[in-house]
Amino acid sequence: MNAALVIILAVIVISAIVGIIAGRKLKMNLENWTVGGRRFGVVIIWLLMAGEIYTTFTFLGASGWAYSKGAPAFYILVYGALAYTLSFFILPELWKIGKKYGLHTQPDYFIKRYNSRLLGVLVALIGVFSIIPYLQLQLAGLGLIVEVASNGTIRSAYAIGIAFILTCAFVFTSGIRGAAWVAIIKDVLMIAAVFIVGFGVPSIYFGGVGKMFDILIEKMPGHLTFPGATTHMDSLWVISTILLTALGFYMWPHVFGSAFSAKSAKVIKRNAIIMPFYQIPILLIFMVGFTALLVLPGLENGDMAFLSLVNKTYPSWFMGFVGAAGAVTAMVPAAILVLFASTLISKNVYQSGINPNASEDTVMRLSRFMVLIIMIFSLLFAIFLPNELVNLLILGYDGVCQFFPGVVLGLFWKRVTKQGVLAGILAGTGFVVFLILSRNDPFLGMNAGFVGLLINMAVTTTVSFITEPVSRKV
Amino acid sequence: MQKGKKYALMLGAIPFVMLVFALPLVNRINPVIFGLPFILFWILVWVMLTPLILFFAYRLEKKYGSDEGEEE
Repeated sequence: MNAALVIILAVIVISAIVGIIAGRKLKMNLENWTVGGRRFGVVIIWLLMAGEIYTTFTFLGASGWAYSKGAPAFYILVYGALAYTLSFFILPELWKIGKKYGLHTQPDYFIKRYNSRLLGVLVALIGVFSIIPYLQLQLAGLGLIVEVASNGTIRSAYAIGIAFILTCAFVFTSGIRGAAWVAIIKDVLMIAAVFIVGFGVPSIYFGGVGKMFDILIEKMPGHLTFPGATTHMDSLWVISTILLTALGFYMWPHVFGSAFSAKSAKVIKRNAIIMPFYQIPILLIFMVGFTALLVLPGLENGDMAFLSLVNKTYPSWFMGFVGAAGAVTAMVPAAILVLFASTLISKNVYQSGINPNASEDTVMRLSRFMVLIIMIFSLLFAIFLPNELVNLLILGYDGVCQFFPGVVLGLFWKRVTKQGVLAGILAGTGFVVFLILSRNDPFLGMNAGFVGLLINMAVTTTVSFITEPVSRKV
Repeated sequence: MQKGKKYALMLGAIPFVMLVFALPLVNRINPVIFGLPFILFWILVWVMLTPLILFFAYRLEKKYGSDEGEEE
């Protein structure tokens, strides 16, 4: 057994134990499971949200894009800052409504605001379909990281299997609180790894970040401005993608739901202020991708840039440390994703859509059962249909951003109607699916998801003007 | 709309202007600042200024007696 292997296994097992302990003294009902009893303060909310944002995509996708596409990758650094700015204005209002009506999930909000169970079921289904590729991405990324980091001693499929069992265990016992506790371990390891490698590799090979850029600018000047190494990702694509992802960010059912777990609206507001600092590691990850481009040109899969460079540069125990950080970085978001996807199905598809008389106990039991089902699905996808990482994520964004008009207009515009929102979501989603299937993404230089969102907004507003709003004010 | 909220929204618009609509204008490598190509430097500066901007927005909302104070 080598050192890397021991480090990886130790870290993921300890993480799972911490996650299980987190929920030891709690009675698991839906309120504790999904929103942690609405008791989280600034620190734990920050860790939880950071836990959701920093996924395996951060390790592999951001460095992979910097490596293979160049400047268009910068959108990843930008959109978070804008999403937090939006959250400063939107989430506190949302939290108040969640508190007032005891909401747990995103479809709960739609059902309450628009008095429409149909809308709730539709939002839940789109949410689950968007979450599954995201979850698959985490598992596939985890398998890749552990396999490379352990130098092939742990096969990808086994790594995914082990992580799958451990993650299910702490989601079962501790719900969202388990994820928040494991997020502490994950954040410390991930940030340490990124800082060490991000500053380390440019210095080792070129004597500093500035010198690395000097060489890159000389060798490949086009790589560092839009459209970089691509032909279709020019300024307009970058702008539309930034807007799409910034608006869509808090529309992810799990990020949306996490806002409910804060103990006050003020906690969320303060959290929004400090969140942008969390973007700095992304810059360092770009450095790794750029350094890899100079040191290891011609990699077949750009997503391997980070791992290949670390492998070439550092001793194997350090590779184990990076592998461990990467594995936990996949487990935390996977836990949160599967938790919310299963709650969407049990509470908003089953209870709201099929059997309104189901007791809370039944819903809770079904949620736990669905954790297993959804994980198995994503597991099979991850093992048998691995794909290029970022593309999957953007596809999910195309789906969830369609909730934006319904959520935001619902908060700030009394005139918006359920018919408007329903028509908007259907039109927007339908158009995006059409553009992607007919291979028209990007469309007129813009991200197809963004075009769908514009259509959605126009339809929502127009239909709302010609229909009657619900009389009950929320 | 309340005064505090209005100022806060105006402040909140700044990151969007600088990090979205200004991007085509700063899509260039030179001048290289602190070793970073200009576009990357520009993005980094505004991402780092965003927390400050939001902090001022928070203070303004408070100063003009927004309703956020009552919830704790």
